Amino acid sequence: MTAAEYHRVPRIIGADYDSPIARTLERTWETKPGIYGWISSVDHKEVGIRYLVTSFIFLILGGCMALVMRLQLATPNESLLTPEQYNELFSAHAITMIFLYAQPVLSGFSNYLFPLVLGGRDMAFPRMNMFSYWLYLAAGLFMYSSIIVGAVPNNGWFNYAPFSLKEYNPGMNMDFYALGMVFLGISTTVGSANFVVTFLRMRAPGMSINRVPILTWGTTTISVGNLLAVPSVSLAFFLLWLDRRFGTHFFKPEGGGQPLLWQHLFWMFAHPWVYVVVLPAMGMVSDALPFFCRRPLVGYTVVVLGTITTMALGFGVWLHHMFATGIPFLASVFFSGASFVIAIPSAVSVFAWIATIWSGRPVMTCAFLYFASFIVMFTIGGVSGVMTAAVAADLQLTSTYFVVAHIHYVLIGINLFAVLGALHVWFPKMTGRLMDEKVGLVAFWIIFIGFNVAFLPMHATGFLGMPRRIYTYPAGLGWEATNMLTTVGAFILAVGLLTYVINILRSRSSGALAGPNPWDGGTMEWATPSPPPPYNFPVVPTVASRHPLWEGRIPEGVGRSEWRNGMALDDGKEALATTVLDAQPDAILKMPEDSPAPFIVTLTISAFFVGLLLQLWWLAGAGGFATLAGLLVWLWPERELEQRAGAAQ
Amino acid sequence: MSQITQRVELPVGSMGRHASGWWGMIMLIATEGALFGYLLFAYYYLAVQHGRDWLPPVLPGWAWSIPETVVLLVSAGVVWLAERRLARDGGDLLLVVMLLVAALLGVAFLVLEVFDWASESFTPYTNAFGSLFFAITGIHFLHLFVGVLILFVLALWAALGYFDRRRTAILMTGALYWYFVSLSWLAFFFTLYISPRLSVG
Repeated sequence: MTAAEYHRVPRIIGADYDSPIARTLERTWETKPGIYGWISSVDHKEVGIRYLVTSFIFLILGGCMALVMRLQLATPNESLLTPEQYNELFSAHAITMIFLYAQPVLSGFSNYLFPLVLGGRDMAFPRMNMFSYWLYLAAGLFMYSSIIVGAVPNNGWFNYAPFSLKEYNPGMNMDFYALGMVFLGISTTVGSANFVVTFLRMRAPGMSINRVPILTWGTTTISVGNLLAVPSVSLAFFLLWLDRRFGTHFFKPEGGGQPLLWQHLFWMFAHPWVYVVVLPAMGMVSDALPFFCRRPLVGYTVVVLGTITTMALGFGVWLHHMFATGIPFLASVFFSGASFVIAIPSAVSVFAWIATIWSGRPVMTCAFLYFASFIVMFTIGGVSGVMTAAVAADLQLTSTYFVVAHIHYVLIGINLFAVLGALHVWFPKMTGRLMDEKVGLVAFWIIFIGFNVAFLPMHATGFLGMPRRIYTYPAGLGWEATNMLTTVGAFILAVGLLTYVINILRSRSSGALAGPNPWDGGTMEWATPSPPPPYNFPVVPTVASRHPLWEGRIPEGVGRSEWRNGMALDDGKEALATTVLDAQPDAILKMPEDSPAPFIVTLTISAFFVGLLLQLWWLAGAGGFATLAGLLVWLWPERELEQRAGAAQ
Repeated sequence: MSQITQRVELPVGSMGRHASGWWGMIMLIATEGALFGYLLFAYYYLAVQHGRDWLPPVLPGWAWSIPETVVLLVSAGVVWLAERRLARDGGDLLLVVMLLVAALLGVAFLVLEVFDWASESFTPYTNAFGSLFFAITGIHFLHLFVGVLILFVLALWAALGYFDRRRTAILMTGALYWYFVSLSWLAFFFTLYISPRLSVG
């Protein structure tokens, strides 16, 4: 073992992807073959793709649930489902879409793209990165195992007390949800911490914080939001579980608890969560829309400030979900005002996108169409949100289908449409092949028409007074036509998504070769081959502007970016840390090797939660102990990572 | 070539606040601090909702809680001295002893806490106040338990000679966690033991 190294002046070399150093780096960074290699991989691109694939599977499962519900609601007095089955379906649909699809899919893009767009080699914590994926998968399977025992959560995604308490809900349904959410919260927290530290520390030299892509601003903003908001819901679900299992008095009115405490804790988390599932998607549009408008985004700085302001204000509006609970008038007025104000920073991005299209030269690709329709849908979903910010309107509309229409315009419009467009943009980077534009165009129009046929009339269903969460409705209330339309639209949407998935699968093997930069994009990921090698960049790039690949074509920044010459960090797995604001070189980090520890610790944590669920205390104890032991081994200081003192002291 | 890629000497590996782990700990503290904040929110929310019948007839006692507070603050001070010693003199036997003393003071807190629980006039099942009292002290107890384990592991690693004047990052990071969990006790101590005695409302 060589003596410990405390300081080094890195060599400056020129190297491309065919140079000897690139071959050395390839061997150092690559994921080893075989099942053990697959389990042990910590490559951020691998993590990202696994997140994307898994969340798409959850999207399809959640979509199928929606279709069954729409069959039940197509005509009055249907009896396809029992009321109990319907309760379980709408709860599982929401939990799947909101927690297992909408946020993880954005984590997938961010995990894949962060180091590439930041000009780095990996995330700040590679093992924690894979850990967050394994935890997400395990928590998802944990909640889905409720299907096997026939005790699916049945109280909607916001799970109000007292119906969630044992007296009213004696089965295991709620226990799956309560423990599953605490479990999933660990994954979200671990992932968020990783994004924040990566954003602060792992940018290429010169990439000061006013030069990073908006996607990283969006994801970092919501990651800070997650760190501050997720504990609220984890606590709420943990206290709920204590109430159910041990008879404590947090939410039970007998003994002095308060059902409304649940609503406060839940919405203090869940309102920020609304921004969590859209701000990174808005970031992707802010970054990729300019590729198809052939100009930089209009108003970079205000878009960034708008993103951060939206998140910050998002912590101060949770009470608008509770206007109908009899809270004091003054509180309603304050939170109503705050909810109106939040429209302003959100709208900044809309005008920035419109101005970008207006002043650019749009290229009508599938991605552009998704992004353009995303802006329209965002506006519709935003306006229906502003409507319900008014207390008087909300008292009429809350718990009607108007709110259901609103949330679908927000989640499908701002999340799914951005995701489908972003996949067209970055699929070639991930696979080396372009998605077929002709099939893509067909899929886009089916999805666009299906979505709007399904959800635009749903606003009217709400105005006509149909309450949400009822399993059927009598004839003659004027709800038949819009309900039938929604069902037809939902099936059209499903056909469109199926076409989209078929396009992905076909293009994966037989799409046209993309080359490094098929869209002539300006950010750092397009300087790498498609797909990028495991080490991303052979030498540490230096960044001098927001669009390093567009330098010389647009006046931006000073000096020139450089990614063919730079520091060689090739003594094992190494990456450069830079300072927080200016991105000056700060330290040479030793990055961890592939490791099975994240997978193993996920198994032990799973044992812990299964033990709690089944009240097998020995299993919970063993799982907890094994988790601590596993973490100790994981964190044991390694000489290869230069974590220990040198021998020569 | 840009000025940024000029030759500069850079620290290698885990070096103080240059280490990613230190930054990760800040993230952990942010999220755990938020958790503690929500616990306090739940307490004060229910207190406000209840008004005068919130507190139990016999308030949470001083007998154990004051010694608890003292040992915890002393323990945090010892860790701080240990951190300074490592930076000045490197890892030696005294460092190991200091970390062990701090860890044992942490164990003392845990033991005192159990006696405190046994001495209270209410249980988690009595009413909402009891439930929250035990939820807050219980969740803090678990955090402190993990902190004690960390201090023991740090003592072990110090004994194995893993730390020196420059490789301080791991000790710094662990110490940061200990400062957090021990100082956050003050917020809980104030809420559960002092605020009921302030005659407000």
